[in-house]
Amino acid sequence: MSHHATCPECDADVPVPGDAMQNELLACPDCGTELEIVSLNPLTLDLAPEVEEDWGE
Amino acid sequence: MRAAVLVTTIRAEEKLLVSAFEARGITPDVILDRALNLDLTAGPEQIAPSGVPWSAYDVVFERCVSTSRGLYMLALLASWGIPTINSYATASTCADKLLTSIALTRAGVPQPQARAAFDEDSTLEAVEQIGYPAVLKPVTGSWGRLLARVNDRESAESIIEHRQTLGNYVYHTAYVQEYVAKPQRDIRAFVAGDRTLCAIYRTSPHWITNTARGGSASNCPITPELDDICQRAAQAVGGGLLAIDLLESPERGLLVNEVNHTMEFRNSSAPTGVDIAAEAVDYVLRQVRVQA
Repeated sequence: MSHHATCPECDADVPVPGDAMQNELLACPDCGTELEIVSLNPLTLDLAPEVEEDWGE
Repeated sequence: MRAAVLVTTIRAEEKLLVSAFEARGITPDVILDRALNLDLTAGPEQIAPSGVPWSAYDVVFERCVSTSRGLYMLALLASWGIPTINSYATASTCADKLLTSIALTRAGVPQPQARAAFDEDSTLEAVEQIGYPAVLKPVTGSWGRLLARVNDRESAESIIEHRQTLGNYVYHTAYVQEYVAKPQRDIRAFVAGDRTLCAIYRTSPHWITNTARGGSASNCPITPELDDICQRAAQAVGGGLLAIDLLESPERGLLVNEVNHTMEFRNSSAPTGVDIAAEAVDYVLRQVRVQA
Protein backbone atom coordinates (compact mmCIF):
# COMPACT_ATOMS: atom_id res chain seq x y z
CA MET A 1 0.00 0.00 0.00
CA SER A 2 1.41 3.38 -0.94
CA HIS A 3 1.11 6.66 0.91
CA HIS A 4 1.39 10.20 -0.25
CA ALA A 5 3.43 13.18 0.82
CA THR A 6 4.01 16.67 -0.49
CA CYS A 7 7.02 17.68 -2.53
CA PRO A 8 8.80 20.49 -0.63
CA GLU A 9 9.97 21.95 -3.93
CA CYS A 10 6.78 22.13 -6.03
CA ASP A 11 3.95 21.07 -3.67
CA ALA A 12 3.07 18.11 -5.88
CA ASP A 13 1.59 14.95 -4.44
CA VAL A 14 4.38 12.34 -4.19
CA PRO A 15 3.46 8.65 -3.89
CA VAL A 16 5.59 6.86 -1.29
CA PRO A 17 5.77 3.06 -1.39
CA GLY A 18 4.38 1.14 1.58
CA ASP A 19 7.79 -0.42 2.32
CA ALA A 20 9.57 2.94 2.33
CA MET A 21 12.48 3.39 4.70
CA GLN A 22 13.60 6.42 6.66
CA ASN A 23 16.19 8.34 4.62
CA GLU A 24 15.19 6.60 1.41
CA LEU A 25 15.56 8.67 -1.73
CA LEU A 26 12.83 9.18 -4.26
CA ALA A 27 12.10 11.57 -7.09
CA CYS A 28 9.15 13.94 -7.32
CA PRO A 29 7.07 12.75 -10.30
CA ASP A 30 6.20 16.34 -11.19
CA CYS A 31 9.40 18.39 -10.87
CA GLY A 32 11.95 15.57 -10.78
CA THR A 33 13.64 16.89 -7.66
CA GLU A 34 15.45 14.23 -5.66
CA LEU A 35 13.82 13.93 -2.27
CA GLU A 36 14.57 12.16 0.98
CA ILE A 37 12.06 10.66 3.39
CA VAL A 38 13.14 12.38 6.59
CA SER A 39 10.30 10.99 8.67
CA LEU A 40 7.96 8.03 8.24
CA ASN A 41 5.55 9.15 10.94
CA PRO A 42 4.41 11.72 10.06
CA LEU A 43 5.45 11.07 6.47
CA THR A 44 7.71 13.99 5.59
CA LEU A 45 9.90 14.69 2.60
CA ASP A 46 12.81 17.09 2.31
CA LEU A 47 15.29 17.85 -0.43
CA ALA A 48 17.86 15.06 -0.71
CA PRO A 49 21.40 15.91 0.38
CA GLU A 50 23.41 17.60 -2.35
CA VAL A 51 25.80 15.31 -4.20
CA GLU A 52 29.35 16.06 -3.06
CA GLU A 53 32.62 15.72 -4.94
CA ASP A 54 33.63 12.53 -3.18
CA TRP A 55 30.36 10.72 -3.72
CA GLY A 56 30.53 7.53 -5.70
CA GLU A 57 31.23 3.84 -5.37
CA MET B 1 24.40 -11.43 15.48
CA ARG B 2 24.22 -7.67 15.55
CA ALA B 3 24.95 -5.81 12.34
CA ALA B 4 24.99 -2.18 11.31
CA VAL B 5 24.77 -0.75 7.83
CA LEU B 6 26.50 2.59 7.57
CA VAL B 7 24.94 4.79 4.90
CA THR B 8 24.84 8.31 3.53
CA THR B 9 21.31 7.82 2.24
CA ILE B 10 19.06 4.88 1.49
CA ARG B 11 19.36 4.19 -2.22
CA ALA B 12 17.91 1.21 -4.05
CA GLU B 13 21.01 -0.82 -3.15
CA GLU B 14 20.82 -0.16 0.58
CA LYS B 15 17.12 -0.99 0.63
CA LEU B 16 17.81 -4.31 -1.10
CA LEU B 17 20.64 -5.07 1.32
CA VAL B 18 18.55 -4.35 4.41
CA SER B 19 15.81 -6.59 3.00
CA ALA B 20 18.37 -9.34 2.41
CA PHE B 21 19.53 -9.08 6.03
CA GLU B 22 15.92 -9.25 7.21
CA ALA B 23 15.28 -12.31 5.04
CA ARG B 24 18.06 -13.98 7.04
CA GLY B 25 16.49 -13.07 10.36
CA ILE B 26 18.75 -10.11 11.09
CA THR B 27 17.47 -6.57 11.40
CA PRO B 28 20.51 -4.36 10.96
CA ASP B 29 20.78 -0.93 12.52
CA VAL B 30 20.95 1.64 9.75
CA ILE B 31 23.38 4.38 10.78
CA LEU B 32 23.54 7.66 8.88
CA ASP B 33 27.04 8.99 8.39
CA ARG B 34 25.77 12.55 8.78
CA ALA B 35 24.63 11.69 12.31
CA LEU B 36 28.11 10.65 13.43
CA ASN B 37 29.94 12.58 16.10
CA LEU B 38 32.89 10.54 17.26
CA ASP B 39 35.26 10.80 20.18
CA LEU B 40 38.57 9.87 18.58
CA THR B 41 40.28 9.67 21.96
CA ALA B 42 37.81 7.12 23.30
CA GLY B 43 37.10 3.54 22.34
CA PRO B 44 34.28 1.45 20.93
CA GLU B 45 32.23 1.66 24.11
CA GLN B 46 31.01 5.08 23.02
CA ILE B 47 27.43 5.11 21.86
CA ALA B 48 26.62 4.96 18.16
CA PRO B 49 23.71 7.02 16.76
CA SER B 50 21.68 3.80 16.91
CA GLY B 51 21.80 4.01 20.72
CA VAL B 52 24.08 1.05 21.37
CA PRO B 53 27.86 0.98 21.84
CA TRP B 54 29.86 0.40 18.68
CA SER B 55 31.39 -2.60 20.43
CA ALA B 56 27.99 -4.31 20.34
CA TYR B 57 28.29 -4.81 16.60
CA ASP B 58 29.60 -8.06 15.18
CA VAL B 59 30.00 -6.37 11.82
CA VAL B 60 29.54 -2.97 10.21
CA PHE B 61 28.71 -3.00 6.52
CA GLU B 62 29.99 0.29 5.08
CA ARG B 63 27.73 1.51 2.28
CA CYS B 64 28.44 5.24 2.36
CA VAL B 65 28.13 7.02 -0.95
CA SER B 66 30.44 9.59 0.63
CA THR B 67 33.88 8.08 0.10
CA SER B 68 35.63 10.21 2.72
CA ARG B 69 33.11 9.45 5.45
CA GLY B 70 33.21 5.76 4.66
CA LEU B 71 36.99 5.59 4.71
CA TYR B 72 37.33 7.43 8.00
CA MET B 73 34.77 5.18 9.61
CA LEU B 74 36.46 2.05 8.31
CA ALA B 75 39.75 3.30 9.75
CA LEU B 76 38.17 4.00 13.12
CA LEU B 77 36.25 0.73 13.28
CA ALA B 78 39.41 -1.18 12.33
CA SER B 79 41.27 0.53 15.18
CA TRP B 80 38.52 -0.66 17.51
CA GLY B 81 38.73 -4.22 16.20
CA ILE B 82 35.21 -4.21 14.81
CA PRO B 83 34.89 -6.29 11.63
CA THR B 84 33.87 -4.28 8.59
CA ILE B 85 33.01 -4.95 5.00
CA ASN B 86 35.12 -3.91 3.24
CA SER B 87 38.33 -3.60 5.20
CA TYR B 88 39.93 -0.18 5.45
CA ALA B 89 42.95 -1.48 3.56
CA THR B 90 40.87 -2.63 0.61
CA ALA B 91 38.63 0.44 0.56
CA SER B 92 41.47 2.93 0.77
CA THR B 93 43.23 1.28 -2.16
CA CYS B 94 40.09 1.12 -4.28
CA ALA B 95 39.14 4.71 -3.48
CA ASP B 96 42.29 5.98 -5.16
CA LYS B 97 43.01 5.14 -8.80
CA LEU B 98 46.71 5.74 -8.38
CA LEU B 99 46.91 3.33 -5.43
CA THR B 100 44.78 0.82 -7.34
CA SER B 101 47.20 0.94 -10.27
CA ILE B 102 50.14 0.38 -7.94
CA ALA B 103 48.39 -2.63 -6.39
CA LEU B 104 47.48 -4.11 -9.79
CA THR B 105 51.02 -3.64 -11.09
CA ARG B 106 52.50 -5.30 -8.03
CA ALA B 107 50.23 -8.28 -8.58
CA GLY B 108 50.89 -8.43 -12.32
CA VAL B 109 47.23 -7.82 -13.21
CA PRO B 110 46.78 -6.42 -16.74
CA GLN B 111 45.56 -2.81 -16.84
CA PRO B 112 45.71 0.07 -19.31
CA GLN B 113 48.97 1.99 -19.38
CA ALA B 114 48.84 4.60 -16.62
CA ARG B 115 51.07 7.42 -15.43
CA ALA B 116 50.91 9.91 -12.57
CA ALA B 117 52.16 13.51 -12.59
CA PHE B 118 51.76 16.49 -10.32
CA ASP B 119 52.14 19.74 -12.22
CA GLU B 120 51.18 21.16 -15.58
CA ASP B 121 54.40 20.50 -17.48
CA SER B 122 54.93 16.99 -16.17
CA THR B 123 51.29 16.11 -16.75
CA LEU B 124 51.50 17.26 -20.35
CA GLU B 125 54.66 15.17 -20.71
CA ALA B 126 52.83 12.16 -19.23
CA VAL B 127 49.94 12.61 -21.67
CA GLU B 128 52.34 12.75 -24.62
CA GLN B 129 54.12 9.62 -23.39
CA ILE B 130 50.81 7.76 -23.17
CA GLY B 131 49.88 9.12 -26.60
CA TYR B 132 46.64 10.50 -28.01
CA PRO B 133 43.89 9.90 -27.29
CA ALA B 134 44.61 9.64 -23.58
CA VAL B 135 42.26 9.71 -20.62
CA LEU B 136 42.72 12.12 -17.72
CA LYS B 137 41.04 11.12 -14.48
CA PRO B 138 40.98 12.51 -10.98
CA VAL B 139 42.61 10.00 -8.61
CA THR B 140 39.44 9.95 -6.55
CA GLY B 141 35.85 10.21 -7.67
CA SER B 142 33.30 8.11 -9.40
CA TRP B 143 30.41 8.02 -11.85
CA GLY B 144 32.65 9.29 -14.64
CA ARG B 145 33.00 12.63 -12.93
CA LEU B 146 35.66 14.87 -14.53
CA LEU B 147 36.84 12.14 -16.87
CA ALA B 148 38.32 13.67 -20.00
CA ARG B 149 39.36 12.03 -23.23
CA VAL B 150 42.24 14.10 -24.53
CA ASN B 151 42.55 13.92 -28.29
CA ASP B 152 45.39 16.34 -28.99
CA ARG B 153 47.98 18.62 -27.40
CA GLU B 154 45.73 21.69 -27.45
CA SER B 155 42.95 20.00 -25.52
CA ALA B 156 45.53 18.45 -23.16
CA GLU B 157 46.91 21.88 -22.31
CA SER B 158 43.43 23.28 -21.70
CA ILE B 159 42.21 20.42 -19.54
CA ILE B 160 45.41 20.29 -17.49
CA GLU B 161 45.20 24.03 -16.89
CA HIS B 162 41.57 23.71 -15.82
CA ARG B 163 42.46 20.93 -13.37
CA GLN B 164 45.30 22.95 -11.88
CA THR B 165 42.98 25.95 -11.49
CA LEU B 166 40.44 23.94 -9.51
CA GLY B 167 40.84 24.72 -5.85
CA ASN B 168 40.77 21.15 -4.59
CA TYR B 169 44.34 19.83 -4.42
CA VAL B 170 43.05 16.34 -5.24
CA TYR B 171 42.63 17.47 -8.83
CA HIS B 172 46.24 18.56 -9.02
CA THR B 173 47.39 14.95 -9.10
CA ALA B 174 46.98 13.79 -12.66
CA TYR B 175 46.19 10.16 -13.41
CA VAL B 176 46.78 9.67 -17.11
CA GLN B 177 45.55 6.49 -18.69
CA GLU B 178 45.82 4.92 -22.09
CA TYR B 179 42.55 5.19 -24.03
CA VAL B 180 41.41 1.67 -24.87
CA ALA B 181 39.39 1.45 -28.08
CA LYS B 182 36.80 -0.82 -26.54
CA PRO B 183 33.77 -2.12 -28.48
CA GLN B 184 31.23 0.47 -27.19
CA ARG B 185 31.01 -1.43 -23.94
CA ASP B 186 32.94 -2.38 -20.85
CA ILE B 187 32.44 -5.13 -18.31
CA ARG B 188 31.51 -4.84 -14.69
CA ALA B 189 32.04 -7.98 -12.64
CA PHE B 190 30.87 -8.51 -9.08
CA VAL B 191 33.19 -10.36 -6.72
CA ALA B 192 32.51 -11.63 -3.20
CA GLY B 193 35.66 -13.05 -1.68
CA ASP B 194 36.87 -15.87 -3.89
CA ARG B 195 33.74 -15.98 -6.04
CA THR B 196 32.99 -14.00 -9.17
CA LEU B 197 29.22 -13.74 -8.79
CA CYS B 198 28.17 -12.36 -12.16
CA ALA B 199 29.03 -9.68 -14.67
CA ILE B 200 27.32 -7.24 -16.98
CA TYR B 201 28.25 -5.53 -20.19
CA ARG B 202 27.70 -1.78 -19.93
CA THR B 203 26.97 -0.63 -23.43
CA SER B 204 26.84 2.96 -24.59
CA PRO B 205 27.59 4.88 -27.78
CA HIS B 206 29.46 7.28 -25.47
CA TRP B 207 32.99 6.31 -24.43
CA ILE B 208 31.93 6.66 -20.78
CA THR B 209 29.81 3.56 -20.25
CA ASN B 210 28.80 3.92 -16.57
CA THR B 211 25.17 3.00 -16.02
CA ALA B 212 25.07 6.15 -13.86
CA ARG B 213 25.75 7.97 -17.14
CA GLY B 214 23.20 6.14 -19.27
CA GLY B 215 25.00 2.93 -20.20
CA SER B 216 22.67 -0.05 -20.55
CA ALA B 217 23.27 -3.35 -18.77
CA SER B 218 23.15 -6.85 -20.21
CA ASN B 219 24.45 -10.20 -19.00
CA CYS B 220 28.12 -10.98 -19.53
CA PRO B 221 29.00 -14.67 -19.14
CA ILE B 222 31.72 -15.46 -16.61
CA THR B 223 34.42 -17.12 -18.68
CA PRO B 224 37.43 -18.75 -17.01
CA GLU B 225 39.52 -15.82 -18.30
CA LEU B 226 37.17 -13.24 -16.78
CA ASP B 227 36.95 -15.15 -13.51
CA ASP B 228 40.74 -15.41 -13.31
CA ILE B 229 41.47 -11.72 -13.87
CA CYS B 230 38.68 -10.68 -11.49
CA GLN B 231 40.02 -12.89 -8.73
CA ARG B 232 43.54 -11.63 -9.26
CA ALA B 233 42.37 -8.00 -9.25
CA ALA B 234 40.33 -8.53 -6.11
CA GLN B 235 43.24 -10.13 -4.31
CA ALA B 236 45.57 -7.37 -5.52
CA VAL B 237 43.54 -4.70 -3.70
CA GLY B 238 43.10 -6.78 -0.55
CA GLY B 239 39.96 -8.75 -1.36
CA GLY B 240 36.37 -8.21 -0.31
CA LEU B 241 33.05 -7.35 -1.82
CA LEU B 242 34.00 -5.57 -5.01
CA ALA B 243 32.87 -4.45 -8.44
CA ILE B 244 35.62 -4.73 -11.00
CA ASP B 245 35.43 -2.70 -14.20
CA LEU B 246 37.23 -4.18 -17.17
CA LEU B 247 37.98 -3.07 -20.70
CA GLU B 248 38.28 -5.37 -23.70
CA SER B 249 41.41 -4.35 -25.53
CA PRO B 250 41.56 -5.57 -29.13
CA GLU B 251 45.30 -6.12 -28.66
CA ARG B 252 45.76 -7.09 -25.01
CA GLY B 253 42.48 -8.75 -24.03
CA LEU B 254 40.88 -8.01 -20.68
CA LEU B 255 42.31 -5.09 -18.71
CA VAL B 256 41.24 -3.98 -15.25
CA ASN B 257 40.13 -0.37 -15.36
CA GLU B 258 38.90 0.25 -11.83
CA VAL B 259 37.92 -1.61 -8.67
CA ASN B 260 34.98 -0.27 -6.66
CA HIS B 261 34.54 -0.98 -2.97
CA THR B 262 30.95 0.23 -2.39
CA MET B 263 29.43 -1.21 -5.51
CA GLU B 264 26.19 -0.12 -7.09
CA PHE B 265 24.22 -3.02 -8.48
CA ARG B 266 20.60 -2.00 -8.88
CA ASN B 267 20.72 -2.53 -12.66
CA SER B 268 22.69 -5.74 -12.55
CA SER B 269 20.57 -8.37 -10.80
CA ALA B 270 17.85 -8.45 -13.48
CA PRO B 271 20.11 -9.06 -16.52
CA THR B 272 22.32 -11.58 -14.70
CA GLY B 273 19.62 -13.40 -12.75
CA VAL B 274 21.83 -13.21 -9.66
CA ASP B 275 20.43 -11.75 -6.45
CA ILE B 276 23.48 -9.59 -5.76
CA ALA B 277 22.08 -8.16 -2.53
CA ALA B 278 21.52 -11.66 -1.15
CA GLU B 279 24.99 -12.77 -2.22
CA ALA B 280 26.51 -9.65 -0.67
CA VAL B 281 24.80 -10.18 2.67
CA ASP B 282 25.73 -13.87 2.68
CA TYR B 283 29.32 -12.82 2.11
CA VAL B 284 29.15 -10.31 4.99
CA LEU B 285 27.76 -12.97 7.33
CA ARG B 286 30.39 -15.52 6.26
CA GLN B 287 33.14 -13.01 7.04
CA VAL B 288 31.80 -12.46 10.53
CA ARG B 289 31.85 -16.19 11.18
CA VAL B 290 35.37 -16.48 9.77
CA GLN B 291 36.66 -13.60 11.89
CA ALA B 292 34.83 -14.72 15.06
